[in-house]
Amino acid sequence: MTLLELARGPVLTVALLVFFLGTAWRLWAVFRRPRKPDYSAPRSSDTVGGGLRAIWQRMLPRSAYERIGMTGTINAYAYHIGIAVIVFAFAPHIGFIERLTGLSWAALPDWVTYIATAFAIVGLVFALATRLTDDVQRLLSNFDDYFTWIVTMLPIVTGMALIEQTYVPATPMVAPATPDPTLLAVHLLSLELLLIWFPFGKLAHAVLVFVSRYRTGVEFTRKGAAL
Amino acid sequence: MNELDAKHPLDFDAPRFSIKKPVVRSDAQGELSDAERVDRAMKAFARDMNSTTAAYLESCVHCGHCAQACHFYVTSQDARYTPIWKVEPFKQAWKREAGPFAWLTRTFDLKPAVTADELREWQELLYDSCTMCGRCSMVCPMGIDIAALVGLARHAMFEAGLVPHELWAVAERAEREGSPLGATPKVLKERIEWLEDEHEVEIPLDKPKAEVLMTLSSIGIMKYPSSLTALAKVMKHAGYDWTLRSDGYEATNFGMLSGNLAWQKALSLRLINAAIACEAKLLVLPECGHAYGALRWQGANLYGKPLPFEVLHISEFLARAMREGRLRTRRPTASLTYHDPCQVSRRGGATGAAREVFAGLKADLREMPNGGDANWCCGGGGGVVTLHRADEHRRRAFAIKMKQVVESGAEKAVTSCENCRLSFDDGQAHYHWDRKMGSLLDLVAEHLDEAGTGPA
Repeated sequence: MTLLELARGPVLTVALLVFFLGTAWRLWAVFRRPRKPDYSAPRSSDTVGGGLRAIWQRMLPRSAYERIGMTGTINAYAYHIGIAVIVFAFAPHIGFIERLTGLSWAALPDWVTYIATAFAIVGLVFALATRLTDDVQRLLSNFDDYFTWIVTMLPIVTGMALIEQTYVPATPMVAPATPDPTLLAVHLLSLELLLIWFPFGKLAHAVLVFVSRYRTGVEFTRKGAAL
Repeated sequence: MNELDAKHPLDFDAPRFSIKKPVVRSDAQGELSDAERVDRAMKAFARDMNSTTAAYLESCVHCGHCAQACHFYVTSQDARYTPIWKVEPFKQAWKREAGPFAWLTRTFDLKPAVTADELREWQELLYDSCTMCGRCSMVCPMGIDIAALVGLARHAMFEAGLVPHELWAVAERAEREGSPLGATPKVLKERIEWLEDEHEVEIPLDKPKAEVLMTLSSIGIMKYPSSLTALAKVMKHAGYDWTLRSDGYEATNFGMLSGNLAWQKALSLRLINAAIACEAKLLVLPECGHAYGALRWQGANLYGKPLPFEVLHISEFLARAMREGRLRTRRPTASLTYHDPCQVSRRGGATGAAREVFAGLKADLREMPNGGDANWCCGGGGGVVTLHRADEHRRRAFAIKMKQVVESGAEKAVTSCENCRLSFDDGQAHYHWDRKMGSLLDLVAEHLDEAGTGPA
């Protein structure tokens, strides 16, 4: 079995299993905890709406809290959007998802992904620099923060090595043309490392963010408090 | 005098009303081994852990935004005061003992077990440098309610017998006497008699039945007795059937602030039972921030069922009275700014009530920059104002508040929390500041139009 076959076969299967089962387990650890009834008279009963509004509003900068620097906020937008474009709007990646799930959609032009990649890389480097130099972030940081940074950056860097390679989109009948098999295998393996790490570290915030924001939205809305 | 009261005498003369500065501090309670302290803390933390708090502990991405929202961090630039760092031992305990991968964490010792020394070190972070004002909770991009986590951590610290000297002393006194600061039923009765005589007002006490049960804060009774007179004037003017009850008048809840759930419940039940005893339809909480959180939002949960009466903060009550046309008032001549008590506004959802009162008064209200829900805390909430060793830190944080008040451009400032007023009195004396924080209730009482010619 070649490295590429390994990466496309058993390692991918294991990575996806760990990703889905691990994430489900992590969410279960939250949801299995009791939720005590709240007997206080609510000021508003639109708690579901409040929860959903909190999910949206916490994505926006908060002008009333002037000390929260816009630099970090804009940077977070830059690399989150950059990564989302790379994963979901780049033709080879849509092809990859289609092979796994049968779902596909229109890709953005490649140059858009290249710009998104630049944003993601610069943003992640800036985020790491801030983490290393800012007293607060340095104190809060642990192995998870730095390892997560590495496993996020690796697929981007290994993917860039493939950009110049010719790409033939995959179809259900025809496997995609492989550029350099070793480079592609390394890229896939780096993605698989990310998938395996996802449930254990802070990457899981991609899912947990909806839970914590929603819950706060519900509780604050009951009180009639601002979100 | 009780032996404990002799040990922790009250300081009536200082601008900040608490117990006198302890000659020898005792910031640990009980004869417990370190292992017992940790064990009790962890059990209490696990007992309080619900699905929402679990989500919070799982979600932090270590962005540090919360630091910039915290007056204690902003005025010290010391990273230890980052709000989420204040619950770090409990995040650590969650990951190691109860989180989804706790078995992995323990097996490979990825997170060390929490120690008693760590808990002792964190006492200052959880009590002295957190007012649970919830500003941090508003800026967390993950939506973590950090102030709520600090509240839970305080439960654990109480169980571990690691509460700061002064806060433990006033909480214990509250549980034993019914008041943290010496406002016993006997003292209350004497105050009422004196005020009725001095100001020719009627202050009903222990009526067997009344529609409205008014409650008080010991800070008001002891330090701002004019609040009682103001209350009596407003209630008479508005024509309410009301009473105070000597079996349930103290609305401050130092059980909650110190982290003792049993004491919190006992103190809340006094109010609840008093309201039920006089068949009140409405219980009104005094100008006290945390009293609102304790009874309005947590009271029913400690009672175990919905309360058979409505609970309002005094600012909400005044707003309602104005809305119903029960109060005829004159317009204040001076421009005013309002300091939002965190537990009433940001944490309690009653931000609009005071504004409605100002509108009813037709007052020239000048909001502080970033006031309302984003308002900076006075620095003294959460019991911090009682702690002598927190004075320097608290006063530094108060500098932000002074700036905010000045920038409002208003001639006078009022609030609706007597604990905030204590912080202002202390800050004013410390900085020789020429501003004084007034009371919303006093403002309304002073501008009642008894002749009936003003707006209603």
